[in-house]
Amino acid sequence: MVIDLDKCTGCGTCMIACAAENNVSVRPDQTDKERTITWMKLYKITNGKDFPHTEVSYFPRPCMHCDEDGRGHHQPSCVSVCVATATKIDHNTGIVSQIYTRCIGCRYCQAACPYGARYFNWWDTYYPKSKGLERYLSPEISPRMRGVVEKCTFCHHRLMRAKTQAYAEDRTDLEEHEYTTACAEACPVQAITFGDLNNPEHKVSQMIKSPYAFRLLERLNTKPKVYYISTKDWVRKLADNYLPGEFKPVTRATG
Amino acid sequence: MDSPLLPEGVKRCPTTTFFFWTLPWLALLAWGGLSAFLCLWKGLNQTNMSNVFAFALWIVFDLAVIALGAGAFFTGFLTYIIGKGELKNVINAAVIIGFICYSGAMGMLGIDIGQPIRGWFIFWHANIHSMLVEVSFCITCYLMVLGIEFIPLILRNRQLDKIRELHIFGHSLHEIMAVFAATGTFLSFFHQGSLGGMFGVLYARPFAAREGFYIWPWTFFLFILSAIAAGPCFTILCTKLAEKISRKKLVPDNAIQLLAKISAWLLSIYMVLKIADTLGWIYGVVPRAGLKFIDFYRDGPYGIWLVVCEIVIFGIIPAIILMFPKARQHQGWLITACLLNCTGIVLNRFVFIIVTLAIPVMPFDRFWSYLPTWQEWGIAMAVIGYGFLLFSAAYRYLPVFPQERELNPVTE
Repeated sequence: MVIDLDKCTGCGTCMIACAAENNVSVRPDQTDKERTITWMKLYKITNGKDFPHTEVSYFPRPCMHCDEDGRGHHQPSCVSVCVATATKIDHNTGIVSQIYTRCIGCRYCQAACPYGARYFNWWDTYYPKSKGLERYLSPEISPRMRGVVEKCTFCHHRLMRAKTQAYAEDRTDLEEHEYTTACAEACPVQAITFGDLNNPEHKVSQMIKSPYAFRLLERLNTKPKVYYISTKDWVRKLADNYLPGEFKPVTRATG
Repeated sequence: MDSPLLPEGVKRCPTTTFFFWTLPWLALLAWGGLSAFLCLWKGLNQTNMSNVFAFALWIVFDLAVIALGAGAFFTGFLTYIIGKGELKNVINAAVIIGFICYSGAMGMLGIDIGQPIRGWFIFWHANIHSMLVEVSFCITCYLMVLGIEFIPLILRNRQLDKIRELHIFGHSLHEIMAVFAATGTFLSFFHQGSLGGMFGVLYARPFAAREGFYIWPWTFFLFILSAIAAGPCFTILCTKLAEKISRKKLVPDNAIQLLAKISAWLLSIYMVLKIADTLGWIYGVVPRAGLKFIDFYRDGPYGIWLVVCEIVIFGIIPAIILMFPKARQHQGWLITACLLNCTGIVLNRFVFIIVTLAIPVMPFDRFWSYLPTWQEWGIAMAVIGYGFLLFSAAYRYLPVFPQERELNPVTE
């Protein structure tokens, strides 16, 4: 996944599309942001300068689907710590999944994730009927029970759907457009692009070659599969921690 | 009323006094029972834990009591494996304290997980890469070992001891106690270490992450050392408290002094390694993550004072006090040093759990605070209530302190 922060307007459509697509439970009062579930979370960041030099950018944060734990082991931090093997990485797709019916709710994975991309179900599932939420629950997604952790799956069910379709048509490979996530599909300014980073034909593989492309907290070596693009130095700098003099602004863009 | 159950040749308070003594602890248990019921019925929304504070008061309490309960395995190791005979006068108390700490921690963990009915998945779907699996396996096995170590003492109750089969069974178990002490030592070394490893392997959280040896981060070894340094001090504190409350001398000074001396050496070695580890972290892990040491101590109440307290006030100072024979022979200094040492280990566990989670990793994320709810306090306090009740009952009905009769001859 590649998210172009220069395009993102912070409208929040990605968050809503994600929640609706994945049967994410809500609360009657959603103001307790430490305990609400937002697989795709939108951060508002600023350059910290006073008016008139203030600049704002929005930072959508899905699960990073990390490849490594930061010490070179080919498992994300959340996967290697999980006590009951309830979260796994599929090295064929790179998707980090959660097995809700196996999760015991110890929340060690939440402690291990530096991105805060994992959410615990503090309450029973709730879809208020008066708001009509129950009418668009997706039968493809299992609802989560109280006491388990859930997270972004890169709309894994869409991959399954696309594979089933391809199988029915006697194909083994998927076209680029056949599998995309709900957030990428819903984004009104097409700030989110989804594809196979390992396939040089896919647009995302081209995009990550940009000198403005970066990953969130890249120095932790978790090898996220979500890339960001921003031409603003301060945005790229805020995506990681740097000691004085370490951050190198892009001086000549050739990508 | 219960005099036939009391050990022979020792003095115990009247039954009514004992009944009134148990009331506050029963009240704590009732508070905990109500809290546990609410958490199991309504869910963990009854706590103030959150997606930021995935671990909170209960895990701090768990790790703290498990570390303080390390006196059990370590005293067992010194008594049965190393052959420190004088510690036989304190081993029963150490085992009971260990049993209380470990069973209390297990009970708390049962409520802490979101799906308690699936607790057995830890064993069924075990992820061998997870430090928590090692912790769970070892703690469960060790609790069984502690149970086995506790049984011979229970069977020495005056009435139970009259039953010939139980007497022989208890005696036979006692004969092979070295085997269980060795098993307990092995299991405890690993789970104390794995509890430290749990945080050291949070490689994506620079505050907790540590370098290490093979698969074990340095915190693995530091947690073992700190537990065996603080565990004996906690045993000393508990026996001193029992002596104060019962107004009797229960353990000869040589046993207490030996524990204090061993604790002094272990705490000193721990402090040297802890300082080395802190320096290694400051100049290794931290700059690699693009951070400075001070960056971790800017938000909220968690300042440099934490480091000063942990290393100097609750580390170096008790180590110095315990190291000098004259100081540790002084009752006041001994208790002060033991209290400081035990506080230090609790603070260490608090820092690795709460501060690790409170400090945001993403530069644009904010600092969150956390205060436990009454339900969280209730369950934590219930462990204390349970501890007092079990220890009091054990003291009243079992010959916990072998030298009690000699040290306090009953004059009729």
